[in-house]
Amino acid sequence: MKRSELLSRILIISGVLLVLAVPFAVQSIRSQGVIEIHGRMAEAGGWSPNVIHAQVGVPLHLRLTSDDVMHGFAIGQSPVPAVDVLPGQMTDMTMTFDQPGTYTYYCTHWCGPNHWRMRGTIEVTGDALASPQPLTPPLYVTLKLDIDAPHPAPVTPARVPDAVHGAQFSALLPAGVLSPDYYRSHSPEQAFQDLKAVSSLASLTDSDLWDLVAWLWQSNTTPADLSQGQRLFAQNCAACHGETGSGNGVFSADIKTLAGKTPANLSNPSTMLGAAPALLQGKLLRGGMGTGMPSWGPILTDQQTWDLIAYLYSLQFNPVSIPAH
Amino acid sequence: MRFELTRFPFVRSLLKNRWLQFLIWVVLLAGFLFAILSGLFGTPVGNHNFGIVFVWIAWWAVLILVAVPFFGRGWCAVCPIPLPGEWFQRGALMDPPQKKPRRINLRWPNRLRNIWLQNLTFTLVALFSSIILTTPRVTAIVLAAMFFLAIGMSIVFERRTFCRYICPVGGFIGLYAQAAPLELRVKDKQVCLACQDKPCYHGSQAGYGCPWDVFPGSLTKNTYCGLCMECLRTCPYDNIAVNTRPFSSDLARPSTRMDEAFKAFIMLGAALIYAGVFLGPWGSLKLAAWSVGSTAWFGYAVAFLAFIFGLLPALFLGAVWFGKLLTKATTTLKKSFTALSTAIIPLGLMFWVAFSLSFVLTNAAYILSSLSDPFGWGWNLFASAAIPWQPILTNILLPLQTLVLVGGLLWTISTARKAASEVKVSPVPVIVFSTAATLVMLGLLL
Repeated sequence: MKRSELLSRILIISGVLLVLAVPFAVQSIRSQGVIEIHGRMAEAGGWSPNVIHAQVGVPLHLRLTSDDVMHGFAIGQSPVPAVDVLPGQMTDMTMTFDQPGTYTYYCTHWCGPNHWRMRGTIEVTGDALASPQPLTPPLYVTLKLDIDAPHPAPVTPARVPDAVHGAQFSALLPAGVLSPDYYRSHSPEQAFQDLKAVSSLASLTDSDLWDLVAWLWQSNTTPADLSQGQRLFAQNCAACHGETGSGNGVFSADIKTLAGKTPANLSNPSTMLGAAPALLQGKLLRGGMGTGMPSWGPILTDQQTWDLIAYLYSLQFNPVSIPAH
Repeated sequence: MRFELTRFPFVRSLLKNRWLQFLIWVVLLAGFLFAILSGLFGTPVGNHNFGIVFVWIAWWAVLILVAVPFFGRGWCAVCPIPLPGEWFQRGALMDPPQKKPRRINLRWPNRLRNIWLQNLTFTLVALFSSIILTTPRVTAIVLAAMFFLAIGMSIVFERRTFCRYICPVGGFIGLYAQAAPLELRVKDKQVCLACQDKPCYHGSQAGYGCPWDVFPGSLTKNTYCGLCMECLRTCPYDNIAVNTRPFSSDLARPSTRMDEAFKAFIMLGAALIYAGVFLGPWGSLKLAAWSVGSTAWFGYAVAFLAFIFGLLPALFLGAVWFGKLLTKATTTLKKSFTALSTAIIPLGLMFWVAFSLSFVLTNAAYILSSLSDPFGWGWNLFASAAIPWQPILTNILLPLQTLVLVGGLLWTISTARKAASEVKVSPVPVIVFSTAATLVMLGLLL
């Protein structure tokens, strides 16, 4: 064989081998110790992988990318801020867990009607570094509430109750109703009936009593909590329940197709004033109810859950005094 | 008006020498395989995948905006697809070996010695283009299919049958190469007639017989000459020249073939449809073109085929018939039709240039980011991965497109008049047809 022929063959074979081998070699070095997570719309498979294993105290390196539309990545009940997951681009993030357990990661952008099904879990094993939080069953479990039963309020106010007007009667309230436990375990309608039976409030009209209930509910939250609740609502609930809670979010028609029911109307006085905060807590944490309602238990912290509930009630009362965030 | 480039010894030896072409081949073959690889294993997000960005934005831009208009089949001269098959056929990459290898070397069937198959392959690609152009994996599969088909055909048949009869790209490059200001021709036909062995066709120790199955001595148009330079190497009389020439040279001699006429209509129609689908504001049309297999897509496919193979040629035929009526010409309708279809060649080319300008300038920014991160794996080889997407030269896009389309129309009018006088019919109806098509295209682009 002539030298030129030999040289050309060497060139072409090495060129081809180089192209075939180098990318994978480089990539295998780059991805050592990194878990690559691909996001796809839930209809196309959701997160891949959707189960990750990690060790307590050992940094977990994640490399996130989307294979279709923009997604977001956040870990439930975790202070790690959510990141955007962009199509065709990699986002690196590193986190360390100090408690063993199962953590849920989820999509934070409304990527499709099944957006909330885009979830995965991180199984963290090892010994706890910090002292673990004591586990207590959620209030709705302790109260043995049937969260699937209908809960219409037998009576509803003639007009929207006004917390500012109710404030002037607040000194007349019996001490028992002022505790957070009372607020969480009673529906506004139950509180109304209880107040109606209090002799010191006998001179008040029904409207005055409802105003007092509005004040009582508002006194169990803070503007900052309401603001946080509003943010959570806009981020997680409005897609289905609508921006005003009336059940007409952008995905409501899809939800009707998927689950057979449109999302609940959270602006309806009868259902909302007939529900105790603990009942709403149950619906939020467990989800289900034969509807498309996802389970938020693994995602929202206890505080976030109560903030969201307080915000839902604020839709029933005047004024909705939420500072801009 | 012709200027022989190969009269310069430097140019001549550069083209005769195999190394320059070979080195380009190696780079392009590596790039081609890299595109397949990134399509298969890289991100499924098209605008961050080397396969999509470098094939359908970078390569396409070079092909349609530069290579075809100025160099004709210049791309075919360096296209890496036939390389492995040809290596097998020849038994060598450089000069021919002492002993010719024994191969099957079947001749391509006579019935298929036309570009109807290329018309078919292009139409097939065009029907699925929304998926092919945007889905890296599908692009990779199409490229790989072309690659392996070319190899397989080289094993069974002689010469470059894939390039000449199958390649969906080669068909239109050949058509538009007629308009290019570059050609390969013999200097003196008498020398070829007197030549005994015709090594340019049969091959010799100096080089291989024409891979495109063309006898250079009879070359009158660029359509089927792949500019591979083998005849330059084999001609014992140095009778081969590479010339520059005025644009449009081959178009003065009107086509007589129906397959070539239809190639012109397929290209013209596809440009119009693409402008509507990809650049138009009709979401349901985009969705129909994209949802391959759906009822909507079948509707789109039927409309696509009916437009390209039915409506457009029928309207044109009507125009030709009317032109014939005006002059009471005795030429057959078929002959007049094929001859005047030559006029559609510059129109189609300029439609494609105008259409391609839109998406090339819009998407050029992806070339830089994809260069740094070809697989969408988070690499940043040249620190350009994070360059944000931004359309470029948007302020000159519309004027440029208008200029291209109006220029294309003038070019078509001049071609139509020449072709019409050859067959003695009136060019006016065809000019009206071309003007209407240009107005539609302008409306879709602006």
